[in-house]
Amino acid sequence: MENNDKLVIGGREFNSRFILGSGKYSLSLIKAAVENAGAELITLAVRRANTKEHENILDHIPEGVTLLPNTSGARNAEEAVRIARLARELGCGDFVKIEIMRDTKYLLPDNAETIKATEILANEGFIVMPYMYPDLNTARDLVNAGAASVMPLASPIGSNKGLATRDFIQILIDEIDLPIIVDAGIGRPSQACEAMEMGAAAVMSNTALATAGDLPMMADAFRKAVEAGRQAYLSGLGRVLVRGASPSDTLTGFIRD
Amino acid sequence: MMENNFLFDSEGLSEEALKRKHKLENDPSCRTDHMKYMDDQEQIKSDILEKVMAEFDSYDYSAYTVLDVSRALQKNTIGVEEFKALLSPAAEPFLEQMAEKARIETRKHFGNTVYLFTPLYIANYCENYCVYCGFNCYNHIRRMKLSMEQIEHEMKVIADSGMEEILILTGESKIMSDVKYIGEACKLARKYFRMVGVEIYPVNVEDYKYLHECGVDYVTVFQETYDNVKYETLHLAGHKRVWPYRFEAQERALMGGMRGIAGSALLGLSDFRKDALATGLHMYYLQRKYPHAEISLSCPRLRPIVNNDKINHMDVGERQLCQVLCAYRLFLPFAGITVSSRETKSFRDGIVKIAATKISAGVSTGIGDHESKYTGKENTEEGDEQFEIADTRSFDTMYKDMSAEGLQPVLNDYLYV
Repeated sequence: MENNDKLVIGGREFNSRFILGSGKYSLSLIKAAVENAGAELITLAVRRANTKEHENILDHIPEGVTLLPNTSGARNAEEAVRIARLARELGCGDFVKIEIMRDTKYLLPDNAETIKATEILANEGFIVMPYMYPDLNTARDLVNAGAASVMPLASPIGSNKGLATRDFIQILIDEIDLPIIVDAGIGRPSQACEAMEMGAAAVMSNTALATAGDLPMMADAFRKAVEAGRQAYLSGLGRVLVRGASPSDTLTGFIRD
Repeated sequence: MMENNFLFDSEGLSEEALKRKHKLENDPSCRTDHMKYMDDQEQIKSDILEKVMAEFDSYDYSAYTVLDVSRALQKNTIGVEEFKALLSPAAEPFLEQMAEKARIETRKHFGNTVYLFTPLYIANYCENYCVYCGFNCYNHIRRMKLSMEQIEHEMKVIADSGMEEILILTGESKIMSDVKYIGEACKLARKYFRMVGVEIYPVNVEDYKYLHECGVDYVTVFQETYDNVKYETLHLAGHKRVWPYRFEAQERALMGGMRGIAGSALLGLSDFRKDALATGLHMYYLQRKYPHAEISLSCPRLRPIVNNDKINHMDVGERQLCQVLCAYRLFLPFAGITVSSRETKSFRDGIVKIAATKISAGVSTGIGDHESKYTGKENTEEGDEQFEIADTRSFDTMYKDMSAEGLQPVLNDYLYV
């Protein structure tokens, strides 16, 4: 990928457009996953890092990778804010991915509480990346609240079902002037590629890698897919012929002036 | 159905006590009404009990066929009907397919992680007469209640082993181990552990609120059996005798602000298929009513106790247990599933790859004996155990074994907020 095509979030530049999740696989595989995926941003559940000694996940994250602590476990804005502040105290930096779930079955994000938490944390100087259900009004509110990106879900987290919310994500890409990062539900490199072709600024995945037979190899596949999708987007996708052909006579040929 | 012979007279009981005991056992008319709340027991408004019991009562597992099971296995979403089919005898030949499907769900929701925890019994005084339990008030055992100093010592020993999640347990005696005592123990636990749960006698909402303020976020209550007629014959005296109050414990815990709850029947007491159905539905309806609640299931089977080594799990073999666990996983793919040290090493090593997400290690069900069990240091002041365990692996061994199975042991994934 050309070096001048940077992903910029909160004033920070990244060459990679693949964000890696870390919660569902062996810590010993994190390094290989980061390297093969070319990831520069890795998410980390603050609650998972809340451990004393025995193999803290933080110790397995290679240097030079930016941590994106998430607020999983938060059931409302207030709890998310507390977890984000704790992340800062733990030395996880200023990035925070807001995850607020009031439902343990589907783990769907609570958009209203997410807007509230975004506003509070943005005011405290955090680089806020809210995970949300793809809704245009919410996305606009998140922009106004000071979000640094918007992270709509593709389908329920862990489901590997791909771009179930494709049309709504496209609306966000078209209408919102922040990086739209597709998060949750991406199960295959081809789906990641499609999201990038649509104009997503980046893609994030965890389960798809964690459940793969060979995690590092799958990480490599995701890197390639994300790069391919980005390249396709930048090059401008060709038109798709309707029913195999386009009319030779233009429909507006009758116009005289 | 095969039945255990639970009744025995332990040595050391006075003649008067024996007389009372035999009367309770032989004369149902002298027992209290097990469906009636006692004066100090809060009655909440809830329709969950009704919903679960309607399904429990009408469940005829012999009516399900191979066709019902294979249809259920083809579905993406396992609903109540499919769950019933998967628990039926007709599903037994499909165990391998159920396990494959369950494994996929477990991996989707939990990746390859496995959570480790340990229980800590702080007192074994008990006012109940539950015929299958080692702590029952007519079982002559060494009774003990740890002081705060002793509790802190036990916690240090456990925390030094590396454990970060603890489950505090007591016998059911509000006189010997009241809520305040348990609360103080939990405050201590917050100092040494990242996550604190309790498995104590059911209490009222206010008391759950208090315990939550003391640092507890998870409450486990086993219903033992959802067959209340059978329940009546097994829980002959004490507060625990009141079946509906126990049933509503998890809901009161959530009303008191707890983050998560766990429940189960004790398999082997009654018809295990019906009890497994009720367990799954109980947790299912709780999650529907309290969508934010973290739900967890267990699957304890009966074990031998002090003075009665004949007690066993009857017709719930490992095959049946595995079927139940796979059915739980498919019906409640998001729920945590705990498999305790009542089960053997080989069963636990196998089931964590299919359905279980949490296992205990370094377990003692006795009182004040962690140091002697962990280090071999002699201690004359110990209380007897609630039941015999089958998997005695230490924290370190378990950590290594789980890693060797290709799983990532997780010691904590929780914040008290």
